[in-house]
Amino acid sequence: MSALLRRSPAGLSGVVILVVLAVVAALSYAGLLPYDPIAQNPPSRFLAPSGEHLFGTDQFGRDVFSRVAAGVGNSALIAVVAVAFATVVGTLGGLVSGFYRGLADGAIGGVTNVLFAFPPLLLALSLASVLTRNWFTVAVAIAIVYVPIFIRVTRGPVLSLREIEYVKAAVSTGQSRWQIMFRHVLPNISSIIVIQVALSLSWAVLTEASLSFLGLGTPPPAPSLGSMIFEARSLVFIAPWTLIAPGAVVVLLVVGLNLLGDGLRDTLDPRNRGKR
Amino acid sequence: MRSLVRNRVVRRVAGTVGTLFGVAVFVFVMLRAIPGNQITANLGTEAAALTPAQQQALERYYGLDQPLVTQFFSWLGNMFTGNFGYSARAQQSVLDLTLQSLPVTFELAVFSIVLALLIGVPLGMLAASRTNSARDAAGQVVSLAGLSIPAFLLATTLLSVFAASFGFNPNGQGFVSLFEDPLLNLQQMFMPSLVLGFGIAAPILRTTRTAVLEVRSNDFVRTARAKGVPERRLQVRHVLGNALVPIVTMTGLQFGYLLGGAVVVEQIFSVPGIGRQVLLGIQQKEYAVVQSTVLVIALAFVIVNLLTDVLYRIIDPRVRAS
Repeated sequence: MSALLRRSPAGLSGVVILVVLAVVAALSYAGLLPYDPIAQNPPSRFLAPSGEHLFGTDQFGRDVFSRVAAGVGNSALIAVVAVAFATVVGTLGGLVSGFYRGLADGAIGGVTNVLFAFPPLLLALSLASVLTRNWFTVAVAIAIVYVPIFIRVTRGPVLSLREIEYVKAAVSTGQSRWQIMFRHVLPNISSIIVIQVALSLSWAVLTEASLSFLGLGTPPPAPSLGSMIFEARSLVFIAPWTLIAPGAVVVLLVVGLNLLGDGLRDTLDPRNRGKR
Repeated sequence: MRSLVRNRVVRRVAGTVGTLFGVAVFVFVMLRAIPGNQITANLGTEAAALTPAQQQALERYYGLDQPLVTQFFSWLGNMFTGNFGYSARAQQSVLDLTLQSLPVTFELAVFSIVLALLIGVPLGMLAASRTNSARDAAGQVVSLAGLSIPAFLLATTLLSVFAASFGFNPNGQGFVSLFEDPLLNLQQMFMPSLVLGFGIAAPILRTTRTAVLEVRSNDFVRTARAKGVPERRLQVRHVLGNALVPIVTMTGLQFGYLLGGAVVVEQIFSVPGIGRQVLLGIQQKEYAVVQSTVLVIALAFVIVNLLTDVLYRIIDPRVRAS
């Protein structure tokens, strides 16, 4: 991490953005928001941004800052859970597939090919539409889309690692396959996985926002950045802040994650060391 | 040698057929996971008022009394004979709906890709022409923006700015096809393809930059320069020519994503494409429409990927030479 901060100014700015947004999201988890993000208050509709309402209020008199903060918390939660699930399942799949080869590889490869046969957003959309809708099922829908990506990203390096001397030596010392996989192979592909996690998080945030924009994300009244932007479409000229605030925040969140991912790639990927 | 190539093609095609079968199973199972069935979807709460006899008759009519495996193969068999199901909402067969919506999405995808290439390739070459310079930084900013601004946000903003401020909203007056009114159609395609093209330009820009940098460090470029090839010809023929393979692969992949993945933009600009057909099916709970349309999209996606594979074999100078 410190290497990232020293070597990559882009990565550093990504970290700064994400820390600020994490603080905002933490406010919503800790219940420290200035207003209730859901409670309606009709008398104070469409108030312009001021000291009292940092980002103004919306058509129901709800505080936009509180809603955006809760929306960031919601997006982050879904993205983290989805990517964590995809990382664990996908990495395990890639390890087994590359290490055991044979039948396991064939079966896992078949499932991967099937999931890769869908445009990602369409797959997430279809899955989200058939599951009962709450934040967790949205996360599961997004996770299923990213599992094959992690499988493919890990399988290749595992295939080449198992031919390398120290892995062969470990085999000859009689360690079990699982010991070898986790002790000798996994640490050597960890940087690839870390980079993929950062990039996947940014896609997951975008996918979640797209789903809730289409009405297939976390159901209302829970605030979500995508659905806030959807509702703001018709309000742009009465209350532009209802569009600008969630729009700017979702872009900032994805920019932060992309910068972090790029920074990690520049720092960790051996092919990039010393280059640039 | 020839039989080896043919074997690989046969294996690839067989693999693709296997994958498509898996896709069909997946789609079928996924839509069976929804609580309720065709009857409750059509009748809503009234389904509860059906007598057991009516219930049975309807189940027989929709084939729901058959075992799942039979239902699956009867659906798959119907797909092969062109019977994709019927949409009560549109009063049309799903085949007819698809024959109308697929060309629309295809047109949108072509325009988006062309715009993306026009933005991404020159900017990528420019960024690579001098690394760590101002132009490189500008390229990075453009690609970061393309990757980070969600399509629905850009689309919403464009639409409200153009429609409200300049009164320009060709998409507000009902979609026309390219053959009915080419000029209006092009206007209607303009904003959606701009939004999609901007998003796709980012990965194309990055791929171009990396590929050009990679190719330029090769010995043959130095040799070509040493033997006096003019700089312009060197950049286009030697560098870009060899960098084309990853660019084409990336373009093909992105083109595939647009089939169905353009759903958000199609929805915002009321473009009646195939992604919107799925979305409407989901919203109207017409699962027969969703099931068949998703399968068609997966088929199209797989075909596009296959064609990309073939195409890059054709354009790769190394493969071409041998």
